[in-house]
Amino acid sequence: MPVITYRQALNDALAEELERDEKVIVMGEEVAEYNGAYKITEGLWKRFGDKRVVDTPISEAGFIGLGVGAAMMGLRPVMELMFWSFAYVAYDQIINNAGCVRYMSGGLINCPLVIRGPSNGGTNVGATHSHTPENFLANTPGLKVVCPATPADAKGLMKAAIRDNDPVCFMENTLLYGEQGEVPEGDYVIPIGVADLKREGTDVSLIAHGRAVLTALAAAHRLHEEFNISAEVVDLRSIRPLDEETILASVRKTHRAVLVDENKPFCGVSAQIASLIQERAFDDLDAPVQRVCSLDAPAIYSPPLEALQLPTADRIIQKVLAIS
Amino acid sequence: MSVTRAEKPKKTGPHPVDYAKAAINADLTTKQKLGFLADMLRIRRFEQASLKLYQQGKMGGFLHLYIGQESVAVGTIALMGEHDHVITAYRDHGHALGVGMSMNECMAELFGKATGCSKGKGGSMHFFAPDKNFWGGHGIVAGQTPLGLGIAYALKYQGLKGCCLTFLGDGAVNQGVYHESLNLASLWDIPVIYIIENNQYSMGTSQARSSAIKGCLAERAEGYNIDWDTVNGEDLYEVRAKTWEAMQRAHEKCRPTLLEIDTYRYYGHSVADANAKKYRSPEEIEFYKQNHDPITLWEKRLREEGILDDAGLKTIDDAAKKEAATAVQFAEDSPFPELEDIYSDIYYEVDLGTEAGQTGRHFFND
Ligand SMILES: Cc1ncc(C[n+]2csc(CCOP(=O)(O)OP(=O)(O)O)c2C)c(N)n1
Ligand SMILES: [Mg+2]
Repeated sequence: MPVITYRQALNDALAEELERDEKVIVMGEEVAEYNGAYKITEGLWKRFGDKRVVDTPISEAGFIGLGVGAAMMGLRPVMELMFWSFAYVAYDQIINNAGCVRYMSGGLINCPLVIRGPSNGGTNVGATHSHTPENFLANTPGLKVVCPATPADAKGLMKAAIRDNDPVCFMENTLLYGEQGEVPEGDYVIPIGVADLKREGTDVSLIAHGRAVLTALAAAHRLHEEFNISAEVVDLRSIRPLDEETILASVRKTHRAVLVDENKPFCGVSAQIASLIQERAFDDLDAPVQRVCSLDAPAIYSPPLEALQLPTADRIIQKVLAIS
Repeated sequence: MSVTRAEKPKKTGPHPVDYAKAAINADLTTKQKLGFLADMLRIRRFEQASLKLYQQGKMGGFLHLYIGQESVAVGTIALMGEHDHVITAYRDHGHALGVGMSMNECMAELFGKATGCSKGKGGSMHFFAPDKNFWGGHGIVAGQTPLGLGIAYALKYQGLKGCCLTFLGDGAVNQGVYHESLNLASLWDIPVIYIIENNQYSMGTSQARSSAIKGCLAERAEGYNIDWDTVNGEDLYEVRAKTWEAMQRAHEKCRPTLLEIDTYRYYGHSVADANAKKYRSPEEIEFYKQNHDPITLWEKRLREEGILDDAGLKTIDDAAKKEAATAVQFAEDSPFPELEDIYSDIYYEVDLGTEAGQTGRHFFND
């Protein structure tokens, strides 16, 4: 299998879908002539031209809303937000329009829209640029939310997102763009709503999404080497729909769960997972469910401090040891 | 009236105006004029030093340099009186130094140190000094535009004769919130002055590819019944004269103004902008440096007026360089914030230990 970067995997997925379906368009700030602020759309404008790959002014509310309208008409727009933090400017369009139009029309109208871009802290760009709104978005019935952690998942989920007939919020991570991994060749599609065991284990379940999966894997490796603890790593991949059965099966096997989440703790994704586990696997637990989230403050700029604000392998290991 | 960039060099037009004769400029002292030179050079030397250290990995995140645009911040901000305020976007170093923030606190902020103006919490894009009427430093494009409106609203509400200079870029003019702000400013007679720093590009997008206009960006004010003007940003006298006119309109009539100041940035959008020389030619950048550099042009002007010579320039420039070097040392020597500092400055009530701050749970770590 070819080894490519997360960035390349996304680029391949976009190119293949643009090629496959004329209804697919790519739109956003700097996506065309500049090749993308983070080079996810590199080469697409050159290859597919002005009609399919479109640069926008800095008008998120306007162009995301345009994407919703065009999707209602049957196009399949893939809208780039340079950062998911800028979605806050377009919130009305995402929540009220993309999220509600099908329901408000009694099912007469669909919205096959993808909104994608990076959503992460850890790059010292300050509070306004470091938001991780997957929990807010997943709080809106009508929206789907996916957070791939690896190049293969990025590719497979992007292709599924574009083919999906509902609005999908696709959350990437600037710190993952350069990560390499094996990606199957051909038309590789991963259904949205299926979690993935990134590492099998017997003593504790580390449950994570996005880059936190890599942090959990690093912790699992050290737990094995240094403490002889066998940690299983469950990658949610999709936040909504959520693969509850994979989570529950893992907890029923290991009897312990530590949830790793780059969200802030209050009503973060991990809060939903904790609720699920206590409702449906209470009797299987040998210890209270633990969480390792971003420290509960706006993202600090100061580089050495921000490194500690996000979940670290050390913090995960401490939590695991505390319940083992 | 509308002036597009192509027709820009007004000084060579049929009726060149000498803004040095404008009332606000006519009485300037030699000291003041040399002060403007010093202020512009301080911004440039500060940023050149910061660029070097950014490249050495002493800072994180983004660094948006203002180099090339110095006359805009210096020309406008020097006009501010007690009740005049300023707010801008993320390209904020020039405005910060312009209002009198020290190089030390600004450089330390870039380093993420506890001695920074925002205690290392905000970074390059988020400088603040409310004690100097400077309200930031804002990272979200156009996010500051309604804040400037609100600051001016509060001035009027309190019966103060002031205004808020609200800066934005040529790319920010296409955000909805800016248009909503213009409407409110005119509808409610708010003493806000919107100043578009038109450096021709928003990241890699030229103005022509981002804005649908008839003549110029400022002309959009017509639709909101707001007075507007275009300004040749490389001429400090013109910047002052036209900004002062707008400030008087705000002070005396409580009416908003929209100014569009033509300027140019030499570096990439941020230092991380890998395409900086792809969406515009190196020749274009060089052309601006050679012919439109605001500092060189001001220096020339002062020489023509007979108040600056080589020795005088050297003294001013050496002082700016020394101040920047001292600031770097200060930043290097300063401590980083402590881990627990992450949790301060979030809630006033918690920081001050008030009853409200001690009621209910505010933070959710375990
Ligand atoms: C809402 C929002 N969208 C996009 C961005 C990313 N971004 C930051 S600056 C910028 C270009 C702005 O250009 P302009 O307004 O001309 O200001 P300049 O950088 O030239 O000073 C973009 C797209 C952002 N910070 N906020
Ligand atoms: Mg600009």
